[in-house]
Order: sequence, then structure tokens, then C-alpha cells
Amino acid sequence: MIRHLAGKVGGALVSLLFVVALGFLLFRVIPGDPVVAMTRGRPVTGDQLAELRVRLGVDKPLGEQFVDYLSGMVRGDLGTSHVYSRPVLELIGERLWPTVLLVGTSTVLAVVLGLWLGIRGAWRRGSRSDRISTGLALAQWAMPTFWLGMLLSLATGDLFPSGGMRYPDTPPDFLSQALDVAHHMVLPCLTLIAVVYAQYLLVMRSSLLEEMHADYLTTARAKGLRDDLVRRRHAVPNALLPTVTLVFLHLGLVVSGAITVETVFSWPGLGLLTYEALTGPDLPLLQGTFVVLAGAVITMNVFADLLYRVLDPRVRAS
Amino acid sequence: MGIRRLGAVAAAMALVVLLSPTPAHAQQTVTLRVAIIQQVDSLNPFLSITQAGTEVGKLMYDYLTAYDVTDQHPVEGLADKWESSPDRLTWTFHVPEGKKWTDGQPITAKDAAFTYNLMMRDEVAGTANGSFTADFESVTATDDRTLVIRTKQPQATMLALDVPIVPEHVWSKVTDIGEYRNDEGPVVGSGPFVLTEYRANEFIRLKANKDYWRGAPGYDELTFVYYKTADAAVQALGKGEVDLVNRMGPAQFDSLKDKPGVTRNQAQGRRFNEIVINSGAATRAGEPIGDGHPALRDVVVRRAIAKSLDLDEIIAKVNGGYAQRGTGPIPPVFADYHLTPEPAYEYDPAAANADLDQAGYARGADGIRVSPQGRRMELRLIGHASRAYDEQTGEFVKRSLADLGIVVDVQIVSDNQLDEAGTGGMFDLQFSGWGTNPDPDFILSLHTCGQRPNADGKGGTTDTFFCDAEYDALYAQQRAEFDPAKRRELVEKMQQRFYDQVPAVVLGYDNALEAYRSDKFASFPVQPDPGGVIMAQNGVWGYYGAVPVASAGQASGSKTGLVVGVVGGALVVLVGGAWLMGRRRGLRAEERE
Repeated sequence: MIRHLAGKVGGALVSLLFVVALGFLLFRVIPGDPVVAMTRGRPVTGDQLAELRVRLGVDKPLGEQFVDYLSGMVRGDLGTSHVYSRPVLELIGERLWPTVLLVGTSTVLAVVLGLWLGIRGAWRRGSRSDRISTGLALAQWAMPTFWLGMLLSLATGDLFPSGGMRYPDTPPDFLSQALDVAHHMVLPCLTLIAVVYAQYLLVMRSSLLEEMHADYLTTARAKGLRDDLVRRRHAVPNALLPTVTLVFLHLGLVVSGAITVETVFSWPGLGLLTYEALTGPDLPLLQGTFVVLAGAVITMNVFADLLYRVLDPRVRAS
Repeated sequence: MGIRRLGAVAAAMALVVLLSPTPAHAQQTVTLRVAIIQQVDSLNPFLSITQAGTEVGKLMYDYLTAYDVTDQHPVEGLADKWESSPDRLTWTFHVPEGKKWTDGQPITAKDAAFTYNLMMRDEVAGTANGSFTADFESVTATDDRTLVIRTKQPQATMLALDVPIVPEHVWSKVTDIGEYRNDEGPVVGSGPFVLTEYRANEFIRLKANKDYWRGAPGYDELTFVYYKTADAAVQALGKGEVDLVNRMGPAQFDSLKDKPGVTRNQAQGRRFNEIVINSGAATRAGEPIGDGHPALRDVVVRRAIAKSLDLDEIIAKVNGGYAQRGTGPIPPVFADYHLTPEPAYEYDPAAANADLDQAGYARGADGIRVSPQGRRMELRLIGHASRAYDEQTGEFVKRSLADLGIVVDVQIVSDNQLDEAGTGGMFDLQFSGWGTNPDPDFILSLHTCGQRPNADGKGGTTDTFFCDAEYDALYAQQRAEFDPAKRRELVEKMQQRFYDQVPAVVLGYDNALEAYRSDKFASFPVQPDPGGVIMAQNGVWGYYGAVPVASAGQASGSKTGLVVGVVGGALVVLVGGAWLMGRRRGLRAEERE
């Protein structure tokens, strides 16, 4: 067990190291001079540009820049953003919580909704309700997220705020703040759920369908169990494995947020920060977000691997 | 069964939340809520570069002098009187008694001297506004009231020093300017508003400075709320969540036309759009760089291009009519310096064709012209992917030049790719555009020989690679000319030269499109008056002089509706859940395997 764990964690670390190096090189290949981008449309002299280049350290040879970057990372310092003149880690920390709140909530709700509808659909496959619910889910999955978000926002009129995470003049006490954030979260959350629940539904539905004719279900029925219980206690636990993989893969993507939804609803999240960094290009910020986002996916994959062993005795034995 | 009931309960809860009334967020205080779309990069006035950031900076800190709301001439800022020596190298400013920092300390000439000296001494403090002090020899406060600035050479921008003056008693304690965020309210300043709360990427709150020397603003609070898209900001204005929006597109502006309670402001803008023509990119030393089409070095071709473009049609179709026809780099909002060219290129494709025929650009068998040197007239036009304007205008240009026998390949690329192509001279035609300041010096300097890059393609800020002895001579003259009428004449000559040589075709000046809730705010000062903007002024008159309607403070409503709704919903869930649990416990016995 410990050897297995060490293997997985070791593998993850190697991936992460690869990501760090790739992030550094990749963003230096894309066209664009950060100094020119920063000063676009402003009165600057050529001397100022040269000074700025020295101060940002982009005048050094690539190898030296890479060493600086690595040694900073070892100390837990991801550098200073060119645009914001603030530590990258601080900026990411600031935006992490709104994204985790929004995407986390909607992922959990989408998983619950998707699994529930998937189970129902498989159990009564081909029925009218199955056809409708699957069709509906697929249609929503196919919709462009930003478009659905804008439609929802238009259709609900004045019921919900048009964007942001809270009103500036909300009283500072916890209850008012929490209610205000919840109120602001309804539309972006609904949009995200509507678009993603279909994949949980489909995976759950098809893996449950595979179990439908298994002998152990006949046995369970022969014992005289009610249909409800056959499904809940026998079929579903066995069909859950592929879904767990999917859920964990998606939990890893939670931090990367949903750029389009964050944009449409002006949600102050991490996805948007990444996009802003890319348009700069704000190299330190870009590398920082890249490493954090990739790190989250890698970590969640390790968790999924480990959880598999807990959930399925067959994996443990092999 | 159970799951179905749970669904019903959830639906009931959703319904309760949906039906709860929208929270009207009003209090007894009158607040002006402004939507901003651009990021505030920093609230530290020495570092802030973005327009949104400097706008907040101007609300917090006065400059040494200000720009008049009507016609933008220099008026009293922190200093009320000033004079310069006959050689224009020494400037003396008088800082009057009675002006106070928001913490009650008096504002003196020493604060101004401290600020400028900090920028000259500390490179980081010069990040945002270093260009203003680059030519300063020394800055001293001879006493609390008198500030003396000596410059290395005459500087035309001495009454346009856009540098926020900070309080010495606060900033002298800051050890690392680069690390200081200056966002913990209340921030000590001198402007009409005091920063009280900052939530990165959410909002910025300022309260009125009741002791402001010009007089207190006419309302209590000013809030900037972030929206990521102009669409969202316009929607928020429609719903009454914000009171003032700018940077709208023509379609968004039109959508607010008949909205009750909303008034629109179509203002003269400070931006121009242009197509740069690669008339021979070279380094500062004159070494040619890039791969521009050689025929573009011929002024006849450049003029023919200018004559073949129907600027009025582009404005009507692409700008939705919300722009003014372009001539020189200085827009008509700065009426003193704006060029009325003589003669002007009228839209005349026939004349343009005739000119090219005469200059030896004969049409080939396929109708495409060939230069006298034997190169086919095929040009690339590079535009920004981030701007719809470039793509739409590009199609017009393509069609117009096709009539001229010139093939145009419109390439829409990322801003960074465009920058790279631009600085390397790797283009034939390229979209560009700038915002201009009341003082024309900077925008004119972009076309001087000295602004071309050095050998490694860096160190220059040229816009067009234009290098013209006559233009440069005029530039040097206007820089040293302090008589406004004479300088105006020189600036006009420079633009005329630019216009004749056509290193770029200025297409038009975008209108600034703004709108506000006129059911809450009766009026805003515009700059210049009439026809000017409310936001993004040279100064903050628009925010400072906003007049709320009489009833704005008594707006009713509260968040009670929402609170009742959500608490009610939570109760339904709790009760429903308890009931379900109860039922399940009851069923347990018969269900047992």
C-alpha cells in the first residue's frame, strides 16, 4: 500500500516538475513583449522602456531567468505580477475563494442532479421521461455557456443582480453578506449546472445500463427485494466507479473556473485572472496560474487513484 | 418516492427565493455608483497606469494644477499661482494657505517637492509618471508656500504635470514604494473623495471629502463597481444597479435610447483610429528593417490610398455614426490644435486611379497593378483581434483598394502579435490608434525620427516609423515655443506635413458613449462644455459636480424581502427534511431485507 502511494505521489511530482518547466518555456515562445504591452498607449521614453526591462528582469538570458524562477518557486515565491505590481501568490489567493465557491457549489449540485437523473433514466430506459431528460440534458450541454448565461440573465429580469459577487453597500455582518453572495450566485450557478450535468447523467446512465442484466440483480430480486432497494443497494454502487473518476477529474478543474461564466456574470474569479494574464502577457502571473491550475488537476488525479482502491476491492487485489 | 418529494421541496424553495423581491440597496446616504470595465492595476499613485486606476487616483489626490471644465486651460490645483523665468527653465508655483489633507494636516509646497523628488530619486516611484520629471534638474520648496522647479531644457508640459501629489507625512514612512498598496481606508489625500474600502475585482468605495477646498461634493458616497463586459454594465444600468456607465459600443448605446430614467451622453472623444502605412521602416540609425512593400515609400501611392477610402461611409457603417471624420492625430475635442487640412483629400477613387496610372503603376492582365520596379501591388493589412472595428473596417479597405487595383490581405491577429509585427516593421498596412492629451507634445513626438527603435528593435515608441526633417524641425520649434498662438501655428504645420506625407491615414475620432440614471442624478458636468465627457476627463469634474435629484436620498426598500425569502426557503427545507426522515424511519421496518 505504501509503495503504491509513494509511486503515485512520486509520479505526480514528476508531472508537476514537467508542468513548471513547460509553463516557463511555453509562455516565452508566444509572441509579445511584456514591456511594450504594459506601456501600450502611454507616454514613455525609450530610456524608460529600457529601465523597465531591467527592473522586470526580462533583459536577462533565458537560462538565468529560468534559474531565478525555479529558485523563487522553491522558496514559495511565484514572482511579482508585472501589471499589478503585487506577488502572484497573493493575487491567486485573492481570487481562489470566489472561484472555489462558485464552481465548487455548481459542480456538487450538477453531480447530484446528473447522477440522480442518470440512475432514473437507466432504470426506466426508453421511457418517455428518460428520453425527455436525456434529450434536455444534451441540448443544454450543446449550448454555448456565455449565451445561456446571457439568456438567463435577460429572462429573469430584475430578480437577480446582473453581475458581481455582492453589492458594495451590503451591511458587513455575516448573514447579510452570505445572503447577498447567495443571491448573486444563483444565475452563474444555474448556468454552470445546466451546461455540465449532462456528462454525469450520461456516464451514470450508461454504466448502470451495463449492470442491469447482471446475475446478482436477479438474485436480489429473487430474494424478494423491492425494486427501489435492488437499485439503491446493489446496482448503483457497482455502477458508480466510472462516475467517481469523472467527478474527481472535474474537481481538479474547479480551480480553473469557468472563464465564460465568470466573464458574463463579472464573477471575480481565477479563470478570468488567467485570461487577463494571457492578454498581457504578464509572464509571472501566467506561470503562477498555470502551475496552480495544473497542480490542482494532478492532485485530484492522485486522490481519484487512491479512492478507487477504497471503493473497489478488485482494484486493491490486482 | 423519497427522492421525488425531495425534488418537490427543492422546487418549492427555489420558488420562494425566486419570488422574494429584489433587494433595493438604498440607504439614507446618496451614493453615485459607477460601472467600470477596466481593471484597477494599483491604488498606489506612483504605480497606477490603467485609466481606471489613474481615475481613482485623481479623485484621491489633486495635481499641482488642474484643467478647466469648460475648455481645459490650466486652472488652480494645489497651486493657485505660477510664473516662469524668461529662459523658461525655472518655474515657481505658489501653494496657498488653507488647503488641508483629509487628516487635517496643512498642504504645503514641501509635500509637492517631496513627491517630485521621490520620483526623481526612486526609479520605482517613477513607474507611472516618470516622463513628467525626466527633464527636471531640481525641485525645492523654499518655504511652505513656494515651490521652485528647474528643468534641464524648456518643457511645455509644466502646467500639465499629471502627477498626484502625496502627503509627505504619510509617504515618507513608506520604505518600499513598489510594495506599498495604499488601499487601506481611509487613505489620506487631498482630492474631493477619500478611499474608504477596496475589494479587489469587486468594488471601490470612496466617501465625499466634506472639507475639500473647492467645496464638498453634492452627495455622500462614490462607488466603482466592476463589470467584466460592457454588456453587463449596460444591463446593470438598465436595472438601476449602477448610475453611470461609459465605454459603450454603438449598439449598446442605441439599446438605451428609449429607456425611461436613463439619459445618454454622446461626447467628443480623445481617441483616434488610423491605418499606419509602412513608408519605410528603419532604425534610429537609418538602417532599413522589416519587410514592407517598397511601393509604399512612394508618397503618390500613399496619397492614392488616402483618397480611395470613404471615411464617412466607414463612420456610418462601422461606428454607427458615433465618430467624427479624421484628419490629423489631434481630435477636434482639442479645438485649439485640431487640424483642418488644406487641401483635404476628398473621397475620389477616379482621381486616385488616375494618379497611379500616371506614376507608372500599370494594371496587369488580372487588373492588379504592378509597381514600376515590377512588384505586384499586394498588401497585408494587420488588425487587432480584440477590436471588432479593425475587422469591419478591414473589409471596407479591402474593397476600396481593390477598385484601385491593389490586393489587400486582411490579417486579424492578437495584440501581442500585432505589436511585434509593428515594432519590427513587418507590415504593409496596420491598424493603430491612440488617446490624446490636452498637450499635443507626446502624440506629435511619436512621429519623430528619434522615436524609431535602435538596432535590436527596442527602445523606441514610434507609431509610424515616420522620419521627416521638416516635421522634426517643426517639432523642436513648437517644443521651445511658449506663445500659445505661435505654438498652435507650428502644431498645425506639423499636422499638415503629416497629412501631406501620409505615413498614416487617420480614419476618425470615436465618440465617447456614456449614459446615466437621470432619475437619480439630475446632471453631470461635462468636459469640455458643451459636447464633452463625464468620465475619463482631464480632472474629475464629472464625479465631483454630479447633482442628485431631490428625492435620491429617500429611496425606499431594503434587503428584508430577500432575507425573508431565503430564511423561509431554509425553513421549508428543514421541515420537509424532518418530515421525510420521519417517514423513512416509519418505513424502515417493512423494507428490511
